[in-house]
Amino acid sequence: MFEEFKTKAEGVSAEVHRFGSAEEALGFLVDFMAKEGVAEQEGQYGVMADCPFLSSVDRAVLEGVEGLSFDLSRDRAAKALVGISQVDWAMADTGTLVQDATAIDKRLVSTLPTIHVALIATSGLRADMPSVLAEADPQTANYIAMITGPSRTADIERVLTIGVHGPERLVIVFIDELGGIN
Amino acid sequence: MQKEFKQSIDRALHNANLTGALGKFSEAYKVNRAKAYEGIDFEALRTTIADLKGDAASHIDELCDLFQKNAEAKGTKVFRANDPEKVREYILKVARENGVKSIVKSKSMATEEIHLNPYLEKAGIEVNETDLGEWIIQLAGQTPSHMVMPAIHMTKEEVSDIFSKEVDERLSSDIPRLVKVARNEMRPKFLRADMGISGGNIAVAETGSVALVTNEGNARMVTTLPKIHIAVVGVEKLVEKFSSIAPILKALPRSATAQLLTSYVTIVSGPTPTDDGGMKELHVILMDNHRSDMAADPLFKEALQCIRCASCLNVCPIFRLVGGHVFGKVYTGGIGTILTAWHDELKSSEDIQGLCIQCGACKDVCPGKIDIPGLIMEIRRRLVKDKGMSMVQKSIFTVVNNRRVFHGMLRAASVAGKPFTKGTKFIRHLPMFLADLTDGRSLPAIAAKPFRDIFPTIEQPKGLQEKAVFYAGCLIDFAYPEMGEALVKILNKGGVEVLFPEGQTCCGAPARYNGAYETAAGNAVDNIDALLAEEADYVVSACPTCTVALDHEFIATFESLGRKKYLPKARELAAKTMDFSTLVKKLVDEGRLTLKEGEQLGKITYHDSCHLKRTLKADQPPRELLTKAGYEVTEMFECDICCGMGGSYTVKLPEISAPILQRKLKNIKDTEAPVVAMDCPGCVMQIRGGMDQDGAGVDVRHTVELIAKQIVGSLE
Repeated sequence: MFEEFKTKAEGVSAEVHRFGSAEEALGFLVDFMAKEGVAEQEGQYGVMADCPFLSSVDRAVLEGVEGLSFDLSRDRAAKALVGISQVDWAMADTGTLVQDATAIDKRLVSTLPTIHVALIATSGLRADMPSVLAEADPQTANYIAMITGPSRTADIERVLTIGVHGPERLVIVFIDELGGIN
Repeated sequence: MQKEFKQSIDRALHNANLTGALGKFSEAYKVNRAKAYEGIDFEALRTTIADLKGDAASHIDELCDLFQKNAEAKGTKVFRANDPEKVREYILKVARENGVKSIVKSKSMATEEIHLNPYLEKAGIEVNETDLGEWIIQLAGQTPSHMVMPAIHMTKEEVSDIFSKEVDERLSSDIPRLVKVARNEMRPKFLRADMGISGGNIAVAETGSVALVTNEGNARMVTTLPKIHIAVVGVEKLVEKFSSIAPILKALPRSATAQLLTSYVTIVSGPTPTDDGGMKELHVILMDNHRSDMAADPLFKEALQCIRCASCLNVCPIFRLVGGHVFGKVYTGGIGTILTAWHDELKSSEDIQGLCIQCGACKDVCPGKIDIPGLIMEIRRRLVKDKGMSMVQKSIFTVVNNRRVFHGMLRAASVAGKPFTKGTKFIRHLPMFLADLTDGRSLPAIAAKPFRDIFPTIEQPKGLQEKAVFYAGCLIDFAYPEMGEALVKILNKGGVEVLFPEGQTCCGAPARYNGAYETAAGNAVDNIDALLAEEADYVVSACPTCTVALDHEFIATFESLGRKKYLPKARELAAKTMDFSTLVKKLVDEGRLTLKEGEQLGKITYHDSCHLKRTLKADQPPRELLTKAGYEVTEMFECDICCGMGGSYTVKLPEISAPILQRKLKNIKDTEAPVVAMDCPGCVMQIRGGMDQDGAGVDVRHTVELIAKQIVGSLE
């Protein structure tokens, strides 16, 4: 199912990575932010929404990344280069991520920054939308978000262009062992 | 047809940007759509959607109640309104109460329908469309030409002109650069907006949810950043179950833009926290605006199964020529014609309903399983019923309904037509106001001797095992009697005696397609009486339009008019009716008819007639017969797209019919086949006439003519 997800997600210009442990994923995140140039300056900020992943790793490592903040405002998110959040499910047949995004921070970090990094426990992988809709509960989740690749448009002459209002890049990080958290 | 309407068609046809962009898009769409649906049982999927949406349409009031109850329990404010004015007032009231100065909107056809933007702007509120296409047309002061791609009619140069003016800087027409400009311009508008307005693609009654489908990410911002969110939802978007979201979203992106899923799907089921620690104010407006009236109409209820994918626009041979603006200001294309007739009034669709050529391409791809051409025909019927026909039409159909007078006139035309044929089999030019009819296409000369006069002179073998009544139809009878003769020869060789009842008359299709159902019913009665008077195993026709009339439309016409008396006989006739190629293929398969073996007849290409392929589903028998006869069938590009004939369409809208024909001629010539076959004498008339004026020298034949030359019979 992971391979199908990867093919479909990459087909819509998402970047897909997979790690065995939360520590490896943490290493990737730190390297990624360094490589992209996350820093304490406008346009280069990193922003991260609170998520279970943070309790699986040494939070201090992330807190040590210059420019990355966990205490969010819309202005900071709007001036961020990288936004990081954890999502709940993935749908293999379309390469889609699904998140209970009721908490506004989850949306700020995934809509406003240029790059969205989405963390997901591999155990959240499902075959398709009916499987996810059977689990997602709109009684508690007032905002369910599905994300398939980066923001795109073809409104001018039907030419596909990536990154209109939302992120220009979507980086998906699967983590096999995330302490049973889905 | 109104003069302004004809002028708008003329402007569209002469807009090379428009026809170029739409033409390219429609060609790519067909391929991409098929790819997106790979591995999916489309028929099963659309049956699921049609069932669940149809069920919802039968229970609109209950679903509205249920939605309201569940949404309110979550803290959503629900407002229900029949009248667009009430919707506008409500939105303005909420805005005023909250001191709203600026609004961001994500794409919503429902708000286009009620012309919300000018209303709010007049009240002094800044309104910004945020979908790129919507923003472009907002800046240009235009209306959307397409439900999904509102600015598809514009070129990048036009967009760069508009954006340059907006940002006061000369921009190039580089598309990624233009998109960047939109992103940068829109950001501060999102961040400072006090209210977000969206539409809704699906509304779920059991959970009070609204689902939004977008690609750009603007709907996520519209529903996230401002403190107030109002979703304006047409009540046809209601479904009962949360699980119904899945099948609709399996079809919507695939049919709309050939995507497996759009970049973003947002399901809002209640107020959410805002970034200042408060809670968002969420309003859902359930708007009726005549949707319940549609639901109460036994025929038009089906139109509520629409999921607004616009695939009916994307496959329409007319839409790709004229674009959306010819259709009006809100909903365009096939479904738009139907929606305009209801949301506005029947009269508003008077001109635009005439744009439909009844080729059926949209019906084939509709994920809501809506018989769009059928409903447009019903609009036509009701318009004629309400307003009557024009005097010209009336006099034509009075003639058609009287067989003796009609046939007498056709005979007279064979003599009267002589001055125009110049001794050929074509009428190449007609004088004065009729000149458009022969613009790009010659018309066939009326035969000196109609088939009905030739038939008694044909000697048929005695003692044949079966009998078939031949229904010739006007074109074979009066223009192409040789096709009738070929058919008799073939069937005789297959052991079938042919009967030709003299009482048969026009099949009524011309009247029906012009909304003159009473005339069509008169034709149906005459034909049923004539064709059932003889004992026969089959009723066969070599004209798919006539075959469809005999097989489907006599019944449909009686049903529409509530005439039950003739229905059993109409059904008896339908049960016996077969198209030529299907019958001959059956004879060949049964070993009763043999085609010459080992012939190498070279390349041929085949044009699918709309009625044969899409109503009778008989696109394979002619290909198999031609292949068996020794032809090498080479498929042309868009083999099943209409040739532009459409009966009287060529008379009413020759300016549209002609370019459709030109495309067909090009596709035929591109195969380099010296012969093109088809099963419809109407298509032969159109394409042969086109080839005559084109001078390409491609031989245009009815399959019956080609097969007649290649049969081996035990009696030969």
